[in-house]
Amino acid sequence: MAVLVSNKVTKRFGGLEALAKIDLEVKEHAIHSIIGPNGAGKTTFFNCVTGFYTSEEGEIFLEKRNITGLSPDRVTRLGISRTYQNIRLFKNMTVVENILVGMHPHLKSGLIGGILHDPRTMREEVDAVEEAKRLLQFVGLKGKGDLMAKNLPYGQQRRLEIARALASKPKLLLLDEPTAGMNPSETQEMVHFIRQLRDELGITILLIEHQMRVVMSISELITVLDFGQKIAEGNPAEIQKNTRVIEAYLGRGAASGLGQAAATA
Amino acid sequence: MSTNTSALWKQAIRAGLIGGAIVMLLALVGVIGTFKDRDIISGWISMGHVLFLAPMLLFAYNAARHVESPSKAGILLVGAISGLMSALVTAILPLFGQVVNLRAMFANASPDLYKMLTFGQGIPLGVIILLLVGFVMGGLGASLLLLPIRLRKALSQAVVWVILAGLLRELIVVVISRWGIVAYLIRWMFAQNGLAPVGAIAIFVIIGALTFWQSGRKRPAPRDLPPQQKQKRTLVTLGGAGIILIILPLVLGVYFSEILDTVGLYILMGLGLNIVVGFAGLLDLGYVAFFAIGAYTVGILTSPELGLFHLTYWQALPFAVVVAVLAGVVLGLPVLKMRGDYLAIVTLGFGEIIRILALSDWLKPWLGGSQGIQQIAHPWIGSLEIRNQTQLYYLILVAIAIAGFIAWRLKDSHLGRSWMAVREDEDVAQAMGINLVTTKLLAFASGAFFAGLSGTIFATKLTAAYPHSFSLFVSINALCLIIIGGMGSIPGVVVGSLVLMGSPELLREFAEYRYLVYGALLVVMMLMKPEGLWPEARRRLELHEENELVPLEEPQPVLNDPGQ
Repeated sequence: MAVLVSNKVTKRFGGLEALAKIDLEVKEHAIHSIIGPNGAGKTTFFNCVTGFYTSEEGEIFLEKRNITGLSPDRVTRLGISRTYQNIRLFKNMTVVENILVGMHPHLKSGLIGGILHDPRTMREEVDAVEEAKRLLQFVGLKGKGDLMAKNLPYGQQRRLEIARALASKPKLLLLDEPTAGMNPSETQEMVHFIRQLRDELGITILLIEHQMRVVMSISELITVLDFGQKIAEGNPAEIQKNTRVIEAYLGRGAASGLGQAAATA
Repeated sequence: MSTNTSALWKQAIRAGLIGGAIVMLLALVGVIGTFKDRDIISGWISMGHVLFLAPMLLFAYNAARHVESPSKAGILLVGAISGLMSALVTAILPLFGQVVNLRAMFANASPDLYKMLTFGQGIPLGVIILLLVGFVMGGLGASLLLLPIRLRKALSQAVVWVILAGLLRELIVVVISRWGIVAYLIRWMFAQNGLAPVGAIAIFVIIGALTFWQSGRKRPAPRDLPPQQKQKRTLVTLGGAGIILIILPLVLGVYFSEILDTVGLYILMGLGLNIVVGFAGLLDLGYVAFFAIGAYTVGILTSPELGLFHLTYWQALPFAVVVAVLAGVVLGLPVLKMRGDYLAIVTLGFGEIIRILALSDWLKPWLGGSQGIQQIAHPWIGSLEIRNQTQLYYLILVAIAIAGFIAWRLKDSHLGRSWMAVREDEDVAQAMGINLVTTKLLAFASGAFFAGLSGTIFATKLTAAYPHSFSLFVSINALCLIIIGGMGSIPGVVVGSLVLMGSPELLREFAEYRYLVYGALLVVMMLMKPEGLWPEARRRLELHEENELVPLEEPQPVLNDPGQ
């Protein structure tokens, strides 16, 4: 069954067609990657899915429910959460507070409860903090809960961002370049961690990634975008052999040479 | 070594020049002249002297503080040179004044001022004295650094208290005259103008000794106390503060009650604006609008002069607050998409619209135009009419207690976190599932609630509402006080309000320079202490008891932390 289906999604900025009729299907429990050169429209696609942009044409479905044109908060409530290419934490809030904000869709208490501290609100708060601590332990940030988010080292900020995204208990997690700026061993840990997310929490994952080694080792399906067009889709082995993909990355001339090399190899 | 020495010289001269420039500025805007007859120690030293000597001393101290060489003579020399430079700059004024008549440009550059700057000794001798005094002041400032820190603290505290006591002589004498027999124990310290020299010495010695003794005692930091004891201490502190607040007007008298009323109304407004600006990060410059709406609604509903309605204050209060809250929502709706400066400009316009509507002839039958609304009802409690400053003080105190409690609870609530997230990054907050419309509207509405409440009390205090009471400056004052107190900090609102609204009332001379002092204070605060006088203490969630936690299915962290 498909968790996410995008049907001919088109996004234009003025005359520029950032996404042209993108069809995409993310299967349940899949780890699905989107790759493509800079400016291919990968992050734009994420923004369309999460409701931050409204697409001009096409429809997006989350588990058969049409989510086209819904506001970002509605989309999150329905079960999609994301991380950002350039980490966007609430820097001046503590680590635990970041996660508590991530839990927003599941917290019911409002203005009056917050003022009166009725038992239901208090129980909800205690449970939420406990849950947040568990999430922290899960991502390896145990004991860092009352640090300011901005004081965490880079790698830990990435993990906190993922923990915050997990806090909303999403069905689909969008990761925008989760290994950006990481050294090889950190990258390896992240790959391991993403697999664990899928295997243990059963979350479907759609990710944008630049490091080919990561993409090829982790993905079950890869979609390749170039200038807003979907130019290829397939498993890692298929994508590696695809001439259009090689062209997009290395240019036409190189592609013919490489294609021959690949063919002879 | 030589570069080091030249750097030292540069530092000393630069600090001295800045100090001198400040003295010159203070002299030319007239602050020094205004305070020259305000004696601190009767017959010895006036506030004017303090204002022109203190910068020399402070900047010399600051220059000497950055000296790296440990030699005592070096430190003293840097200070003395800095002081001398300040005096040199200051001396320009009387010297230049000899040749050119500066009064055409600077109304305050009077012979009186020159006389004071030269210690009444005329040109050649007075200037020499001035330079000498600068040299000595600078040296004194630097010599503070040579003292042990405990002694330095005691000395500076003692000096500050002497200056405060001398400056506030009038008020203190009026207040203690109410205390019967106690008055005689204190009265002798004061002369006709300022402190008597004996009194000054007494205060200096007492405060100095107390500070010295106090700073020597070791107390455990509140964080290290066990939670029960910590809670006990908090209760004791709150209880003590409560008792002091309740007896305060009885001890201090009517004049202070009047000041405290004004301060209190601003605390109420500040608590509300703090939610909008401090918690949610929505810069609102038209905040006075809600204050005005609260005041006018009570006016319309209670004033027999208009004859529209004949409610009592208590009956009108809920209407007034609801109308203010609705206005908050009405303002909030069109500005939901705006951020930062755009939001500030639109809200600024909103504030002006409300004031101009109140002034307009069009709404005169209901709002009274420029004459405003008179005969607004006082609140009654049983058969007691709340009309004088002291009674109003208690009304305001109760309102602040309620508002403070609400603000404090909201701050750490789920909603408070959502506000904070919106302040930090609106887009990401929305991506976390936060509904920006309701979250922002709740912030505007809560802010309007407090301002409306404050406005109703303001109206009943004056028994009138005039359009000119609701100028832009009310919004600016409220904003300044939360910046000075510390954005997002609830005690900061109280401190900021006391400093900004209270001090100009205590020092009538300062009222004239109110906005000059505001400006200077804001600049100094932003440079030295941008987090405010009483910054928000971030909530600490004790994560130390995580051993008691039920572990997740996976007991080990999935990722190995490379940092560990």
